[in-house]
Amino acid sequence: MEFRRQQDCLEITELDPFLAELLRQIPESCNVEGVETAQQRIFCAPAKEQEICAEWKVYVEPELRRLFRSATETVEADLQQLNGCTKPFANCTLRIPAENAQAWLNALNQARLAIAAKYNFTDGELCDHYRSPIGSRRDLGLFQVNFYGFLQEFILQDLEL
Amino acid sequence: MQSSFGSTVDNPVIERETSTAEEVDLPWQVIVHNDPVNLMSYVTMVFQKVFGLTKERAEKHMLEVHQIGRSILWSGMRERAELYVQQLHGYLLLATLERTN
Repeated sequence: MEFRRQQDCLEITELDPFLAELLRQIPESCNVEGVETAQQRIFCAPAKEQEICAEWKVYVEPELRRLFRSATETVEADLQQLNGCTKPFANCTLRIPAENAQAWLNALNQARLAIAAKYNFTDGELCDHYRSPIGSRRDLGLFQVNFYGFLQEFILQDLEL
Repeated sequence: MQSSFGSTVDNPVIERETSTAEEVDLPWQVIVHNDPVNLMSYVTMVFQKVFGLTKERAEKHMLEVHQIGRSILWSGMRERAELYVQQLHGYLLLATLERTN
């Protein structure tokens, strides 16, 4: 897998089928419906005061939901490129338009937080970047969190240039 | 002969200090809490974007969050503090507004 900055996009080439599949799972991973711990993390309380929290639920939370959905939809649209791979197990290329970089950062963060909350990863697990092999769905979740974080770092570095 | 003003009001008594609504509403703080998932570089970028901080200052706050567990990013009126917290939640940071003691 290679990252390259092109004129108006970030290009990921030589994306193998496994990593491409993990990218396809970003929108689904952002969905926190029915996962209480993930919902609590994504829509966390803004204050100790119940009055503030109640107002927040009515006026602010719908706005946040819209913002998060918009970011996920942008990423989902960009991911359509991965369906254009001609051969079933061939490496593919993904181009992220520069104007979509913030949406990608947001969606990747949603996914990382939701997965981490769902599997209740400890600080130690989250800092262990050399954990292997992937033997369970939980291990795969940790790999996803790290892979999405790696992608976030790349996008952030590019935004700084 | 007496002064025309001297006999009626000697020393005015101020019963209580008044304050403006702005002063009453001042003690609110925007606090960002530590989160093991958010990347340090991401948190720094968010502080720069939301509060217009320099990279050095944003990194200082980010490290405070990372090492101490929380950092006060801003203090002032409640309405503005709520707006900042909303923006920070939009970036998925763990942020709260708290009344100062």
